[in-house]
Amino acid sequence: MSNVQKRELVRIIISAATAIIISFLPVTGILRLVLFFIPYLICGYDIIADSFFNIIHGKMFDEKFLMFIATMGAFAIGEYTEAVMVTVLYQTGELFQNIAAGKARRSISDLMEICPENATVIRDGKEITVSPEEVETGELISVKPGEKIPLDGEIVSGASTVNASALTGESIPVEKGVGDKVLSGTINQNGALIIKTESRYEDSTVSKILELVENSSDKKSRTERFITRFAHFYTPCVVIAALFLALVPPLLFNGIWSEWVRRALVFLMVSCPCALVISVPLSYFCSIGRLSKKGILVKGANHLEALSAVKAVVFDKTGTLTKGILKTEGVYPAEGVTEDELLIIGASLESHSTHPMARAVCSEAEKRRADKNIPHAKRVEEIAGRGVKAVINGKDCCAGNAIFMKESGIECVIPSAIAGAVHIACNKRYLGYILTEDETKESSKKAVDALRSFGIPHIAMLTGDTEKAALKTAEKTGITEYHAGLLPKDKVDILENIMEKRGKTAFAGDGINDAPVLMRSDVGIAMGALGSDAAIEAADIVIMDDDPLKIAEAVKISVKTTRIAKDNIVFSLLSKLLFLILGAFGLVGIWGAVFGDVGVMVLAVLNSMRCMKL
Amino acid sequence: MKKSFKLENLGCAHCALKMEEAIKKIKGVDNASVNFIMQKLTIESSEEISESLLSEAQKAISRIERHCVIVK
Repeated sequence: MSNVQKRELVRIIISAATAIIISFLPVTGILRLVLFFIPYLICGYDIIADSFFNIIHGKMFDEKFLMFIATMGAFAIGEYTEAVMVTVLYQTGELFQNIAAGKARRSISDLMEICPENATVIRDGKEITVSPEEVETGELISVKPGEKIPLDGEIVSGASTVNASALTGESIPVEKGVGDKVLSGTINQNGALIIKTESRYEDSTVSKILELVENSSDKKSRTERFITRFAHFYTPCVVIAALFLALVPPLLFNGIWSEWVRRALVFLMVSCPCALVISVPLSYFCSIGRLSKKGILVKGANHLEALSAVKAVVFDKTGTLTKGILKTEGVYPAEGVTEDELLIIGASLESHSTHPMARAVCSEAEKRRADKNIPHAKRVEEIAGRGVKAVINGKDCCAGNAIFMKESGIECVIPSAIAGAVHIACNKRYLGYILTEDETKESSKKAVDALRSFGIPHIAMLTGDTEKAALKTAEKTGITEYHAGLLPKDKVDILENIMEKRGKTAFAGDGINDAPVLMRSDVGIAMGALGSDAAIEAADIVIMDDDPLKIAEAVKISVKTTRIAKDNIVFSLLSKLLFLILGAFGLVGIWGAVFGDVGVMVLAVLNSMRCMKL
Repeated sequence: MKKSFKLENLGCAHCALKMEEAIKKIKGVDNASVNFIMQKLTIESSEEISESLLSEAQKAISRIERHCVIVK
């Protein structure tokens, strides 16, 4: 509670206590009225002031004005205690709403904890503490153990473990040394680091994340826009109905004026649409705050709402379902050749290539400690889309795909079309192949299973890779529909096709190559986007680390949030309707009216806040 | 241009809606939104968001909630 809120609470308690004491005092008549005015003024002076202000500005049906009229009415008919207690109840409700909204706002400020307060910059050999905004790109900053890294950059000296949990939700720290990139907002755990900054503070990862989350509540969900439109015609309708209630029975049917005016007042008090107006955006806002703590950034309430309604999820393969790094799966020499011989020749050739498959072969050779014996390759030539050829120990050797072998007049003994195979030959003799593969992430299958269990039956995979590679990943993850060998443009076409057939579709990709598909889908989810501007730009939802299970988690929370938001609408509307009817028939008094106004709102707000714990 | 301002003492969600409507009607304002949760006013205009435009907006806000002020 803030100080203002505490003062408010004290005011309410004093007023209530005074009223109770006075109600037991043996005074009557005008003195009793005067005494009761003391707690009334303590608690309600601002209501009176505001309502006079509103009348001057020609606003009659403001809820504070209604409170004023209602309590004055209660004083007039001698219900002093009621007048004070109703005021107390009303103020308590307002206070409660204030606290709740403040709490939601603070959950975003908690996120601000990633926001570094200052940076220690090294200028002319001296360490100076400045605010992060003052550090220029390319300057050196010093970060001590336990400190937050204030700006994005590269480590130039020192080594440490760095914890990125505030950004990604991933609690296992990562080892970082010289040459590694570090991001602002992560925490340097145990070693002193000197970092060369690579961006100014306003372009740093932290600033971008904060901006994104703060602006997310500006984008209204469809439900919220509906409520706004609803409130637009609802308020005048209720005012007209109240006028009708106050005038028609006394004028036409000999009703008692005071009774019908009282009913009209109750009617107006209840009608305040605050509960409706606040609970929907608050639900989404709380959820977005919750998700951001888990390393899932949602760019707007509308996207979260759209995610809750998706019928199909389409994954990109490489980098999303798989790790995107090729590893050697096995070495398969031809007859009369040993595994090491094959690997040595392969590594000798492939060390001159930067192709991911070539790297996988070299790192396997390193792992098996065969790299020391690697002979030197001369006259190396890399043929794009084919492979590498060179002269090793006087022999013409080549390594590459099956097409390359065929074109070189070498026959592959084994089935030629295995995906990820590096074939190797020397002097036209086939030596065997090394099989590389892109490992499927451990959580990919779990993510697919989880999505199915949430009732999303259509899960598909798109990839630019070969049919064989696609099939392998599809089998490992349990995805039945996949499209292989696609160009970026094909991906958009196929996505559109799926969207047409299945309805709302989410697409999850790495965000760099998949920007057009991300934009085209109903909900674009960028994976592993920590530090990638392009992905953050193109996507609606950004998963900071590269865990596909988080997609399932986002879907789960979006569904629950939308349910809570809709529950709130139904609850508020029904209780309003109930109190309106009861009020019109004179079955609830001013107490009930206050409950129907602030009570319903507080309940709706409390329900919305459940989203913070999903 | 688009500019955001913090609002102080914005007390009720329905009032925020009313403010939004009122500010949208001010001449020179293309679009406006009042974010109750973040207590934030965003004004979009094809022209410079001038001091006089802001004081118009402040007037519109004050008519709805007396204590609510735009923090510049």
